Amino acid sequence: MLARRIIPCLDVRDGRVVKGVRFRDHEDVGDILELARRYRRQGADELVFYDITASPERRRVDRNWVNRVAAVLDIPFCVAGGIRSVEDAEEVLNLGADKISVNTPALADPGLIDRLSARFGAQCVVIGMDSRLEDGEWQVYFNTGNPELTEAARRRTLDWVDEVQSRGAGEIVLNCMSMDGVRRGYDIEQLTAVRERCRVPLIASGGAGTPEHFVDVFRDARVDGALAASVFHRKLIDIPDLKRHLRAEGIHVRTGGVA
Amino acid sequence: MAGRVALVDTGGANIASLDFALRRLGHETVLTHDAEAIRAARHVIMPGVGAASDAMARLKAHGLEAVIPTLEQPVLGICLGMQLLFDGSDEGDVECLGLLPGRARRFADDPSFPVPQMGWNELERVGDHPLLRGVHDGDFAYFIHSYALPVTDCTLAAATYGMAFSAVVGRGNFLGTQFHPERSGAVGARILGNFLRL
Repeated sequence: MLARRIIPCLDVRDGRVVKGVRFRDHEDVGDILELARRYRRQGADELVFYDITASPERRRVDRNWVNRVAAVLDIPFCVAGGIRSVEDAEEVLNLGADKISVNTPALADPGLIDRLSARFGAQCVVIGMDSRLEDGEWQVYFNTGNPELTEAARRRTLDWVDEVQSRGAGEIVLNCMSMDGVRRGYDIEQLTAVRERCRVPLIASGGAGTPEHFVDVFRDARVDGALAASVFHRKLIDIPDLKRHLRAEGIHVRTGGVA
Repeated sequence: MAGRVALVDTGGANIASLDFALRRLGHETVLTHDAEAIRAARHVIMPGVGAASDAMARLKAHGLEAVIPTLEQPVLGICLGMQLLFDGSDEGDVECLGLLPGRARRFADDPSFPVPQMGWNELERVGDHPLLRGVHDGDFAYFIHSYALPVTDCTLAAATYGMAFSAVVGRGNFLGTQFHPERSGAVGARILGNFLRL
């Protein structure tokens, strides 16, 4: 049986892992390789590295850290942020990433999803979405890495979920913006609505604060994986403890990993 | 090139993770579509990311569809590389190498089982083979695929995702894993190590 995935997300800026609250006030939380190794040892099922500054500032980023991560990790990892073209994606995949995740550039040019999927296969192509309730509907947002540039994409989230799948997305990461960084639980209502539209794997993001929040999101929203950052970086939740708790609650997770 | 592990260039990106995994096990690799380099290698690995039809077209462009079946050293297909060893694939409706019987078919459209299958699934051993030395029922491996092979008499380990499918296969010197051993933690490293000792 396929296990539900626990996915620490490492926000990377200038080669360091950082974390902010609601996308603001980033603070340094550690070295990329050190954290990657620690999470792998603890039994993380996958890692996401998100370059939080690359996309809004439209700069060319030094991605050699991707190669260093690939050299030490023997679990899958995904790279997000600043991937705007087939060439960008090819560079990151050739450096050793297993998947690439695209958010704002896919909203700006939805055909990018088709091109990425045709070139690398749907299994490599993750679409990230930042979504929150606006005028009674869930809507997706652009440029969420930088609060000054964030704006509504004028797309309903559920429509975008349909569209990215038809264009060849292999996985969707739904970041529920109003819950992000505040540790009050995942947005079960929104994730459940997206789950009903989603025939590819769905990853929940934003809001994890306690082990119970993970139980809720797997049991009630039936997501394939749950992504979290601050609770892991700040050691508020220990991954082996979390997996023991999930197993006790009847959620199927991968064994392995040490404290 | 003798002694090195030849990685058959099937045209996909993302060879780095496999390359690193083999280096961690102390093996040099060469990524190649050159028939002589492949024949000379002690072990041959056929990776594969992308579509079956593209990968077969690439093999044919270099005459490798005739070379690979004549190889006598251990050959390991990984993910799509494993599927290429079989008769054919519904992905692009393509005939493959025909070294193993069966045809890759897409997972059924079932809301309970999103496609691609992406993540860690448990192995169920159904055969005894040196490739699986030290691998146990219930060990997890990392899968990422939309097409799968049924369980047949060349299946060495199965897994279940809505249906049972082949996770590890083998007949003679042609072996394959549907999962990515290079991304399957200690279990994957063990399987790669076993392969390199064959």
